[in-house]
Amino acid sequence: MENRGITFGYGFLTQESSFDVQFSLIEYDGSHSYFRAYLVGLLNTILVSVIGIIFATIIGVIVGIARLSNNYLIERTAAIYVEFFRNIPLLLQIFFWYFAALRALPLPEKAEPMFGVFFLTIKGFFIPAFVWNNLDIFIYSIIAAIIAILFVRLYAKKKQENQGIQTPVLSISIGLLIILPLLSFFLGGVDASVEIPVIEQLSKTSFTFKGGLKLPPELISLALALSLYTATFIAECVRAGVQGVSKGQKEAAASIGLTPNQVLKLVVMPQALRIIIPPTTNQYLNLTKNSSLAAAIAYPDLVLVFAGTALMQTGRAIEIVSITMLTYLTLSITISIFMNWYNKKIAIKEK
Amino acid sequence: MNKLNFLSPDKNNLYAYLYSGIGLFSLSILIVFLNSFFSLDLTSFLPGTISYFLPLIIGFMGLHLIRIEYSGIKFLDIINKNINTNKFNALLSLLIIFAVIKSLPPLLSWFIMDANFAGDSKDACSGSGACWAYIKTWFNRFMYGMYPNAEQWRINLSFIALAFLGGVGFFATEKFKKYLTLYYVIIYPIIAFLFIFFFISGGPIFFDFSYGIIAAVISIIIGFFIPSKFKMYYFLIIPITIYILLKYVFFYEELVELGKIQAFEWVETGAWGGLSLTFIVSFFCLIFCFPVGLFLSLGRRSDLPIIKYISIGFIEFWRGVPLITVLFMSSVMFPMFLPEDMFIDKLVRVIIAISLFEAAYVAEVIRGGLQALPRGQYDAAKSLGMGYWKMHIFVILPQALKLVIPGIANTFLALVKDTPLIFVVGLLEIVGMLNLAKTNPEWLGFAMEGYVFASIVFFIICYAMSKYSYNLEQKYKTER
Repeated sequence: MENRGITFGYGFLTQESSFDVQFSLIEYDGSHSYFRAYLVGLLNTILVSVIGIIFATIIGVIVGIARLSNNYLIERTAAIYVEFFRNIPLLLQIFFWYFAALRALPLPEKAEPMFGVFFLTIKGFFIPAFVWNNLDIFIYSIIAAIIAILFVRLYAKKKQENQGIQTPVLSISIGLLIILPLLSFFLGGVDASVEIPVIEQLSKTSFTFKGGLKLPPELISLALALSLYTATFIAECVRAGVQGVSKGQKEAAASIGLTPNQVLKLVVMPQALRIIIPPTTNQYLNLTKNSSLAAAIAYPDLVLVFAGTALMQTGRAIEIVSITMLTYLTLSITISIFMNWYNKKIAIKEK
Repeated sequence: MNKLNFLSPDKNNLYAYLYSGIGLFSLSILIVFLNSFFSLDLTSFLPGTISYFLPLIIGFMGLHLIRIEYSGIKFLDIINKNINTNKFNALLSLLIIFAVIKSLPPLLSWFIMDANFAGDSKDACSGSGACWAYIKTWFNRFMYGMYPNAEQWRINLSFIALAFLGGVGFFATEKFKKYLTLYYVIIYPIIAFLFIFFFISGGPIFFDFSYGIIAAVISIIIGFFIPSKFKMYYFLIIPITIYILLKYVFFYEELVELGKIQAFEWVETGAWGGLSLTFIVSFFCLIFCFPVGLFLSLGRRSDLPIIKYISIGFIEFWRGVPLITVLFMSSVMFPMFLPEDMFIDKLVRVIIAISLFEAAYVAEVIRGGLQALPRGQYDAAKSLGMGYWKMHIFVILPQALKLVIPGIANTFLALVKDTPLIFVVGLLEIVGMLNLAKTNPEWLGFAMEGYVFASIVFFIICYAMSKYSYNLEQKYKTER
């Protein structure tokens, strides 16, 4: 290394980065440091992973249950979806959505509004944004609601253990989550108005939307491909989990007089979750790692911003690649430690 | 004669319900069919929303009327049981049927009816459908990358030969079955490497490695005549001796000259590409990652703490980072640690990186199989006086590997699907070639065709692999 004239050190992190990033959750421009560029990339990675995880879980659970349907058509449709999307490389899917599907969208000036406020254009998805007054009070109210729900759950569990009476925790929780933030509107002076994107002419031929929130096409295609791809694996996990609960369990539960809902909630789901969670965790981890494919379509994630642009500018390959790898390692180990803890919590306690 | 009650059809008046139900159901399908294939709107006299939902309502009524349990008509019972068990199911079935009918015409017209098949320039593609002429023109590039057109028969020949040699296992007689593992694990990869080195790459006939191969072949042939008592010592000493003799004594002077002879034109790995590169990378990664993963999994369960923790650290590291950063590392970071005059080919670096990466996943899958075996198997093997290696080779691994066939197949599938990522280091396999072709100024605007083509290719490869693994799983399934 020495005879190649390469020095080693992390001092460059505080230097001015002098490059710009297209899409960033925190304020950033060329005058900020490389460390800030790193944060921008990390936050973008986390953003797309969280969106992907949420949608992959929703689609995966629906498709997984559809795979178990006794309706032949539904079962086949779900099976075709799973077989098709999991046998095509993720990178190809990302390219397909980005270069082929989203490029077919209209230009901003020709975009038809969906429900009058959403604009799906080639330059991105424009959605209305909320403009908040006293946002902090609103957030406190949500936190308070979550704490209250935890207490209700604790109380319900005690009551169940002592008296054997079930409390409808779910409806109470949803009620709390709606009522407390609503109260904050009336009492706390929280005020939200909606800002609708409006078309604006930049030059003779160039149009864009002003106001509202812009989701860049890179984010959309990446999130779409990640969730559609990972959902197929989650669907298989869900199917295996529900099939893994033996029929005798359901029959035994029904024979002691539980209603079908109770059977599902108290007998089937806890056992199925035990089978579903470990492989699903793996899929979440895979999704997070796969989000690094963003670099291929120039979504400014950690790999593109830091291991791409910053590396090109500073030439500090060893430091930057090692920081990037360590970051992903930390992310995966954090998720897996959390899921191991959760898994241990719900595992059967054997003597 | 019972009164007809259309709200709850029953077995009395079965045929009245049946005919009206089938009539309504067919009518609804007919409406959608005519609408989508011939853009005829039979219900246009109705107001917009009702006209839109009319087929659904009619079809739903029809399915309701034929939902009669135990009707005694076999066909009707099958339909009711599979798509028409209750109202919700009936609705979903209708939606799926309508969606299929609705989406067929645009798909058909894009793929076949309005598509252009002939021609060799962009002008040939004027229709609204797909431009398959684009795929046709670029087909060689998608298959062989930048490999010179005149030399492509070398790739074809090598692949056909390797496919035949790989298929040997199916025709092996009982007598040779026991050598198959040896063949597939050691001999076949070497043959494959030689094919790729000599034919596809056009390497020099005598290179350093070839002494080793000659030495190995000679020593194996002589090895058949050595009494089994001395075989182990023989194979430890003789190959190395022959290698040294060959390289430094017998052929030294002559082969310096001979080594420069090339049978074929040299094609550097940067020019390789397309689907053939996908196959080459996947093939070698598959071959390398399996033994490495096997040893890692054994190492993770070892009693020796050093081996155990090194294996754990290794596995967890590779599993924790994305492949794209591993490839970055192999392309920008790894060369810095090499001595200045040393150069390792890009393709070799990529294959090593992907193999190590997938080996960690293979290791975890095999560990699952090892853990699933009851302790009794280990105890029984030990009680027969078997050592560590004997126990694993003859008792533990055959059972454990059998258990994890689906998991290993999934890892291999993931590997094949990961190969497009090598674009990071500048190697362009089929997806990379597509992206290159897409930016060609004479062929702008055909991204969709290219991606659909590549999707179909990958789907066929991966689907075949998964079906094969399923067959394998069924074949080796043993009752326990």
